[in-house]
Amino acid sequence: MLKRLRQTVAVAVIVLISLLFLDFTGTVHQWFGWLAKIQFLPALLALNVGVIAGLIVLTLLFGRLYCSVICPLGIMQDGFGWLGKKARKNRYRYSPAKNILRYTMLAIMAAGIILGIGSLVALLAPYSAYGRMVQSLLSPLWQWGNNLLAGWAEEHDSYAFANVDIWMRGTATLAVATVTLIILAILAWRNGRTYCNTICPVGTVLGFFARFSWFKPVIDTSKCNGCGLCARNCKAACIDSKTHSIDYSRCVDCMDCLEKCHQGAISYTRRRTVAPADTTAEPTLAGDGAKTDASRRQFLGVTATIAATATVKAQEKTVDGGLAVIADKKIPVRHTRIVPPGAVSLRNMASHCTACQLCVSVCPNGVLRPSTDILTLMQPESSYERGYCRPECTKCSEVCPAGAIRPLTSAEKSATQIGHAVWVKDNCVPLTDGVECGNCARHCPTGAISMVPSDASNPDSVKIPVVNTERCIGCGACENLCPSRPFSAIYVEGHEVHRTI
Amino acid sequence: MKHEDNKGLNRRDFLKRMGIGASVLGVGLAGCDSKSNVVTGNRTALPEIPTDKMEYRTNPKTGDKVSLLGYGCMRWPTIKEDGNDVIDQETVNRLVDTAIAHGVNYFDTSPAYCKGFSERATGIALKRHPRESIYIATKLSNFSPSTWSRKASMEMYHNSFKELQVDYIDYLLLHGIGMGGMEALNGRYIDNGMLDFLLKEREAGRIRNLGFSYHGDIEVFDYLLSKHDEYKWDFVQIQLNYLDWKHAKEINPRNTNAEYLYNELAKRKIPAVIMEPLLGGRLSNLHDHVVTRLKQAEPDRSVASWAFRYAGTHPDVLTVLSGMTYMEHLEDNLRTYAPFKPLTDEEMDFLYTTADLMMQYPTIPCNDCKYCMPCPYGIDIPAILLHYNKCINEGNIPEGHDGEEYRKARHAFLVGYDRSVPRLRQASHCIGCNQCGPHCPQSIDIPSELHRIDAFVENLKQNA
Repeated sequence: MLKRLRQTVAVAVIVLISLLFLDFTGTVHQWFGWLAKIQFLPALLALNVGVIAGLIVLTLLFGRLYCSVICPLGIMQDGFGWLGKKARKNRYRYSPAKNILRYTMLAIMAAGIILGIGSLVALLAPYSAYGRMVQSLLSPLWQWGNNLLAGWAEEHDSYAFANVDIWMRGTATLAVATVTLIILAILAWRNGRTYCNTICPVGTVLGFFARFSWFKPVIDTSKCNGCGLCARNCKAACIDSKTHSIDYSRCVDCMDCLEKCHQGAISYTRRRTVAPADTTAEPTLAGDGAKTDASRRQFLGVTATIAATATVKAQEKTVDGGLAVIADKKIPVRHTRIVPPGAVSLRNMASHCTACQLCVSVCPNGVLRPSTDILTLMQPESSYERGYCRPECTKCSEVCPAGAIRPLTSAEKSATQIGHAVWVKDNCVPLTDGVECGNCARHCPTGAISMVPSDASNPDSVKIPVVNTERCIGCGACENLCPSRPFSAIYVEGHEVHRTI
Repeated sequence: MKHEDNKGLNRRDFLKRMGIGASVLGVGLAGCDSKSNVVTGNRTALPEIPTDKMEYRTNPKTGDKVSLLGYGCMRWPTIKEDGNDVIDQETVNRLVDTAIAHGVNYFDTSPAYCKGFSERATGIALKRHPRESIYIATKLSNFSPSTWSRKASMEMYHNSFKELQVDYIDYLLLHGIGMGGMEALNGRYIDNGMLDFLLKEREAGRIRNLGFSYHGDIEVFDYLLSKHDEYKWDFVQIQLNYLDWKHAKEINPRNTNAEYLYNELAKRKIPAVIMEPLLGGRLSNLHDHVVTRLKQAEPDRSVASWAFRYAGTHPDVLTVLSGMTYMEHLEDNLRTYAPFKPLTDEEMDFLYTTADLMMQYPTIPCNDCKYCMPCPYGIDIPAILLHYNKCINEGNIPEGHDGEEYRKARHAFLVGYDRSVPRLRQASHCIGCNQCGPHCPQSIDIPSELHRIDAFVENLKQNA
């Protein structure tokens, strides 16, 4: 009963969180955006006191429920573990806690946070690891499916589906996501929650509180016959059947042991130092687990698709032959990288972002992509060769759960200077092709660019842009719409600290 | 004779590639399928098109009996080959065969059409029919200043004979005079002696009729007509339709009403060849209100047929050109002209009030001729303008800033825009260099229209 309930909630949560990364229309975010905001590490980095306190209270009351029904990476591992158990029954066994490893990992994470080494935090953060997998592996397939529907809609003159660009946002992130997925799948298949109980710093922190939890699985020694079936089905390897003890710091409240025990010797109940002989404590959580079978299948479907998409590559439409060929834009060498409005500063981004890729997933303009720099690995950064940071869009700031991109209105956004445009004379089309242009000035949302005669003494000479860097907000409209290719004649240099103008 | 060899080779070459049987079969099938239709029995809405009812007009000088429907060879169908659009010769042959089988005998092409491949495709298709049964019109399309020299213009003229595989041309036109004003006229035809040369060619019989096609600056039209006594124009090609009859100048002050052009020709008894009778399809793709009106008046006739009957109703019109890409277009036009039923005065008035009504819908007068293409910066100019027109006609131009209607129209406009034009070829990338502008026969100020559409799109995007 409790197991069914756990499974139902878990499947619902992982499906919805996956949809947060897949749905580019924003509909799911409107209703379930909070699922990203209640993730432990992002909430901690966002100093979201309410969420952290809530999660700690939850753990103190019921143990590491978080790891079973809220953390998508944990739920995903349960999926692989379930498959593993199908292959071989009773495959787990008790092992002592590897505390040195656990605390070392926690220390590394703490150091990463304190020193602002984003890549360390990003690698260890469980929710973010899951986000990366969905964004890099599943989302291309989702978008491809959308484009199929869009093609169909177009044939039927319907506007229900619109085509989206499918493109590779970052090879490093794809590689990390793939490796993480393979390692986790193998670990979970063979040994259940090894990752959660040895590496995951969130698991270690919550484990600390779970030791003292009010409700927990308790073995009734008067009923136990010592068969050890519970231990052999414990994915957390935390039941020592010989001593009738359970390591609550590692127990993730999966409730599997409750159902496995033929003697009914294990119950999820309030803590008793001495279990009375007639303990028949019924589950205290109310709920309905009737739809589990369907959900189970659905869940399997989801995990299977995750695995299948590993080889799908981003595809692009080829140009029509009857038109002038347009060369792809290349990324200029930027002295300072650009982070989106709301990120406040490079430092704020580096110290808060857990690289979950949620912002990258929702960016409708092809601006955000994971960084490849070793210190900020997989954290988002902006570039404008596919689109620019459009004035009406504040999507990344709306979804960020970690306080790395803080919420702001579109009015605030248009007054936030994230960088400034610089002009590259050698590429400027009026000078190279001798034609009138001014496309940068025409599209500048703040009017920071004016066109002036290239020869100050000749008012009829071709006009070139000059940038008023005080008014420029670094949105990249000029860079993106500059006709010069592959390198634009005007591009944006980032600012370390964003300013308000 | 060298020329003969060339002919033979091309013909063999063609037979090898296409097989003449396929195209003949196509005509046969088109003729019989409506009668034996199992579903509708013999009560089909589309009866067979008669092959002997085509309306003919007589050229007063040569006595040519010219079919009122002329085939414009600017919009031949294309297929993808190695990612490029190339002319679908097999379909061109079928279209030409069907047209000729139903009495069409006037074919109008140019060295500039279809990325320069129209003459060749037209020549291949027409070569399969007796030369004396058809009239071929082509032009001296020396628009580019690099072809203004006598040598380059001569080369272009002689090349037309080669591409069309003919040793005389029935109707030769100075192409698009008026575009570029008097300066272009002098540069292209007067200063280099090309006009004198063409007059001599007419005397020698290699050109049977000499005329010009006109767009743009009225000064050039008036000038050439004022020299009619000297040049003896055999025909003049003008843009005429029920919208441009009285509204051309209103749509664009740089253009002239068709009423004036036609009357100037009629005054001098110069036969008029009509182009853009349908405005590149714009007169068949009308605003829903207008379509309803026309269909209500003549439920059995297509919207396009009104425009063709309008052009044909003018008595001094020699032929009406239509660039028919699809068999359905050809069949519809054949029904209109075989037999031809002129419009009554009431029907003419009805169309003029329809034109007044249309003026309320601010479409851009682009006829998709693609003279402006390719844009050196990759913009798909006609696709952008046509999408804008389509949205106007379908009522998908969002107005106001909120409400369900606005949201729906906004969505349809933006999604449709991305579908019709890849993002990199959209108006936001137009730098305003105006290299396209001088090529537009409709004198559309392309950069400012693109910038206007871009500002409109930007506004839509920002007001979600």
